[in-house]
Amino acid sequence: MERDKAGVPAGKALPVTIRHLAKHYGVVKALDDVSLSIAPGEFVTLLGPSGSGKTTLLMTIAGFARPNAGSIMVGETEVVRLPPHKRDIGMVFQNYALFPHMTVGQNIAYPLRLRRIPRPEIDRRVERVLELVQLGGYGSRRVDELSGGQRQRVALARAIVFEPRILLMDEPLSALDKQLRERMQIEIRRLHDQLGTTTIAVTHDQREALTMSDRVAVLHQGCLMQFAEPRRLYERPANRFVAEFIGESSFLPVTVEGGAARYCGQVLTLAEPAREARRHLLLLRPEKLVFLNGTADPSVENRFVGRVVDAVFQGESVLLTVVLAGGDEILARLPNRQLDRGGVPAAGSEIHLGLSAEDALLIPGED
Amino acid sequence: MSTVVSLMPRDRSPNVEALRRDQSRERLLLFSLCSPGLLIVLFLLFLPIGWLFFFSFVDGAGNPTFEHYRRIWTEGAYVQIFAVTFQVSVLVTGICVLLGYPLAYCLSQVSSRWSGILMLGVLVPFWTSLLVRTYAWLVLLQRRGLVNSMLIDLGIIDQPLRLVHNLTGTVIGMVHIMLPFLVLPLYASMRSIDMTYLRAAANLGASPIRAFWQIYFPLSLPGLVAGLVLTFILCLGFYITPAVLGGGRVQMIAQRIEASVHLYPTWGPASALGVVLLLLTVAVLLASHWLIGAWRRRIG
Repeated sequence: MERDKAGVPAGKALPVTIRHLAKHYGVVKALDDVSLSIAPGEFVTLLGPSGSGKTTLLMTIAGFARPNAGSIMVGETEVVRLPPHKRDIGMVFQNYALFPHMTVGQNIAYPLRLRRIPRPEIDRRVERVLELVQLGGYGSRRVDELSGGQRQRVALARAIVFEPRILLMDEPLSALDKQLRERMQIEIRRLHDQLGTTTIAVTHDQREALTMSDRVAVLHQGCLMQFAEPRRLYERPANRFVAEFIGESSFLPVTVEGGAARYCGQVLTLAEPAREARRHLLLLRPEKLVFLNGTADPSVENRFVGRVVDAVFQGESVLLTVVLAGGDEILARLPNRQLDRGGVPAAGSEIHLGLSAEDALLIPGED
Repeated sequence: MSTVVSLMPRDRSPNVEALRRDQSRERLLLFSLCSPGLLIVLFLLFLPIGWLFFFSFVDGAGNPTFEHYRRIWTEGAYVQIFAVTFQVSVLVTGICVLLGYPLAYCLSQVSSRWSGILMLGVLVPFWTSLLVRTYAWLVLLQRRGLVNSMLIDLGIIDQPLRLVHNLTGTVIGMVHIMLPFLVLPLYASMRSIDMTYLRAAANLGASPIRAFWQIYFPLSLPGLVAGLVLTFILCLGFYITPAVLGGGRVQMIAQRIEASVHLYPTWGPASALGVVLLLLTVAVLLASHWLIGAWRRRIG
């Protein structure tokens, strides 16, 4: 338990259990029977394209959208019918929603004032949380004097100062520029490890999700596609949507007969034995393909021959578009350090690509 | 090429003079576009006010005098009229706020289709002639008017109420006419309030009532003050409605000015009243400006 190391009372974090949550807007299903079990102290990110239902899910947890059916348990409490102000859930809003007529300190003190906490205690807690988000001494500043990153921290401070039962974040970093965003991702993660509060964040940025979360829930058209650790999501996507949404990918149609998986007649060696099904797809991550020209590497079980269509230099690597003998187009990423040896393959040249068995993953194909 | 340019001394950079000329020509063009408006303001506003100001300080023989102002200050009737003017204006503005704030809030919250329809309800009377609306109220509120006969038919009252030719009638008519002046600026400022502030307040534990008073109301204050000041200033100088619906029992300053024009052989007394009214209006404006400024400084 990482969080025990940080010295935070482990009993404080609460589990969140979402069961059969459904929300319709007319005939559109914003949430289609979503169930999620979030462990105490876990950092979970809801990831999906726009319209996937991730924001709707967050809003139903916060109480700003009323679902048509389902249950949301925070610890032992059913909150699905509670109005938002009685849920005791902290939230960082997309555009921070810092009150413009209050100073930084007044903004952070607001939830404490509402809870009728005595003035000296409020001042102490505001100063402490400001230091926690590295804004010590900023209490008397006006909100419009702050930079985007500083507003982000104030929003975070306001959301955690009243020690809410869980913490929600709606695209918390989307308004920041790329560099600041990457720094804040690490910082939010560090803060989470310090506080140990169960946290649910929404993002459409897969890298942000992979960086910050213990587990990621991928949503698509209101349905939960997969709920797993970042590594598992990337290495073992449950379906084509997850494989395409996270990382780069290309797919090859594969037939499975008598336990043997074949692509264009060629038998494939796989990480896991293939199940019988009508259609399968072989997932190829561009950076997992090995450049084999001139060498016969015995550690690489699967071998593909193709023709280079296009080669784009992208700094740390070269992205190749390759057409295989079967006519399928795939992407391959050639690391920069291999360029000296082989040089950038010219368009039209033949190329041999290898894929080791442990990287060869079959996912269900669409019917 | 670029090194050659950067090595040249600053005053020999190309086109400095020509670009400066272009800019001043553009400024002149813009100024000439607004000059007709400026001339109209100058001739139709400042010159008459200057004349008014001048006449208020001369007597019938053309000698300088403070007599007109002394009379305003010493004769109780005038002080009384100013007091009534302020009382009626405060009353009307207050009722407008009570009616207009919820109306503007409602307009800002409903879907754009409904707000369009409701806005029409605010604007159509606004576009109708002031005199027509005032006389319409006279018809509605008189002794045997629509309101009284309906109340009697319903058995709510036995005797017709005195709804017109008094303060009640004046206030009813003025509120009706002033309401759009309060609602329109207020609505505009309410539309610009981001509703996520209210969500944030609820999320932090504020009940809807607290969220309204602690978050929404302070943010709507600039619009409210703008509408309030506009309404109040228009009330101060209002003539037609108090004259028709007040029936001579509610004397406001504009009526007194009109009477003075007929009563005295010179423009002096009426001018002096006009100047005092103008100064009071300016004072109200400055006070509200200062209040808004103080509030802005506080919230940023």
